[in-house]
Amino acid sequence: MPFIPHTDPDVEDMLRTIGAHDIEDLFAEIPAQLRAEGLGAIPAGVSEMEISRLMRERADQDSRTLCFAGAGAYEHHIPAAVWELTTRGEFYTAYTPYQAEASQGTLQLLYEYQSMMASLTAMEVSNASLYDGASALAEAVLMAVRANRKSKSKRILMPRTVHPDYRRVTNNIVRNQGIVLDELDFDLEGGYIDPASLPGDPGDITALVIPQPNFFGVLEEVDALVDWAHGHGALVIAVVNPISLAILTPPGEWGETGADIVCGEGQPLGAPLSSGGPYFGFMCCRQSLVRQMPGRIIGRTTDLEGKTGFTLTLQAREQHIRRSKATSNICTNQGLLVTAATIYMTLLGPQGLERVAQACHANSMKLLAALNETGGVKKLFSRPLFHEAVLQFDLPVKDVMRALSVQGIIGGVSLADDYPELGNSILICATETKTEADIKTYTDSLKRIAVRMTANRCPVQPKMSG
Amino acid sequence: MSNVPQELRYTKSHEWISLNDDGSVTVGITDHAQHLLGDLVFVELPEIGDTYTEGDDCAVVESVKAASDTYCPLDGEIIAHNEALSDKPELINQDPYGEGWIFKLKPDDSGAYDALMDADAYNELIAEED
Repeated sequence: MPFIPHTDPDVEDMLRTIGAHDIEDLFAEIPAQLRAEGLGAIPAGVSEMEISRLMRERADQDSRTLCFAGAGAYEHHIPAAVWELTTRGEFYTAYTPYQAEASQGTLQLLYEYQSMMASLTAMEVSNASLYDGASALAEAVLMAVRANRKSKSKRILMPRTVHPDYRRVTNNIVRNQGIVLDELDFDLEGGYIDPASLPGDPGDITALVIPQPNFFGVLEEVDALVDWAHGHGALVIAVVNPISLAILTPPGEWGETGADIVCGEGQPLGAPLSSGGPYFGFMCCRQSLVRQMPGRIIGRTTDLEGKTGFTLTLQAREQHIRRSKATSNICTNQGLLVTAATIYMTLLGPQGLERVAQACHANSMKLLAALNETGGVKKLFSRPLFHEAVLQFDLPVKDVMRALSVQGIIGGVSLADDYPELGNSILICATETKTEADIKTYTDSLKRIAVRMTANRCPVQPKMSG
Repeated sequence: MSNVPQELRYTKSHEWISLNDDGSVTVGITDHAQHLLGDLVFVELPEIGDTYTEGDDCAVVESVKAASDTYCPLDGEIIAHNEALSDKPELINQDPYGEGWIFKLKPDDSGAYDALMDADAYNELIAEED
């Protein structure tokens, strides 16, 4: 039985009633050049048996690798209780509820999530989540353009220390709205935005994006950057790793007045890597900007009988009321991932999260020290790090990474395509999940690969024809 | 029955306009509009110094039910906005033609005010809407 409720006679009835011959007639006013013309890249449907097999095979590709890659998605230990609770029937939906107030449990959970995120970032307000980290940054840019009404330029300073994928996604989303993303280059010694390099008279800037830690794992001089931006009438958009906030100064306390909008990727909080998604984005801001914030917001209130209850609030910003002027088109957000994140944060508590962050930092330092001893590897940047670093290799990194992967090790992420000026380098990460034995496995493999790659070729070569 | 003062001018989008001695105009939303919106919870004011043309949306009034744009009735430059509304948007509900004013505008064309709808025409308009 098809799940589509309209039978062919239903469709014909409706078309006849409105005087149309064909469903295509309803789209006649859309010019031909704007049409997507089919879904050519989507393969034909397959049976349940076939898809189950395909998914098992894909899942196997993920399993049992020793992962030292970060670059925006991080392998953390997820306590078993997190997904055991998240997948209970009461929680098991990706959506924020439609009959919202009837779902007090879900609303309370989202309210707790918002409270935790606001506390973690030291901001006044959090929304109930966005799609992912990259699109959260794009939404933050759109929000800054709406909110900074003194600025007329729609010009955003986007450092190259922001994740390259985030910059691409943001550009895709904002470029047709007259918004300009001006790239800000980084200091090659420190791998950060040198505040001394910022122009004294930058002109009209709508907002400055500050990543912390930045894409290279390096800590930025956030206080100086915030004060510089605010001094020139720009808002500050912070892009942060939520785990790092357990040990770093939260964006709400950066500089004299703190960041204005904070966003980032929520995956480190209880979501498995699972080949890149689903993840969720988070966003927090000052109370004074809340009406420009996209997404849903849950509020706590009291009902007619004086009992505490939870409710959707500030809905006048949303598209079912504000139509084309809504602050966002994302409202069915990543509810299930947020449920996992809330349970993850609740189980760990502030001290637990702090221990995770410290263990990540300590393990990445151990990894760097061990790799340094193997030789042929140089750490590029001198500034303090959180749990990632850029390493330059003597041997071609793409070949080294390929050789490691054959041995079940994801050795890092090559930066050759996005940062050619960094030469033959990778971004590497160690979270709390990596043991000394794991690190030794990596360095031992690396040594063997280096020996093999640098060994003199065997003088006796097989004869090849042609 | 809504209060429609005789001495003011009006727009189809339910703004009222009064002419000041210095040639500037004061703009707010009508008693009829505030009734339709219900209890106001927030007003987004236009920036002083910004210029608008007639029909541009320049402010937002948000009630518990909806957020609506307020449109600029004439071409001109914003010279003042009602700061008191930031803390007390309910002033628009309580006194739409007095303390609930939203912004003051210096019109590019000093004669443009005279072409706006008068109270009788506005009364007719809202009678049709009902």
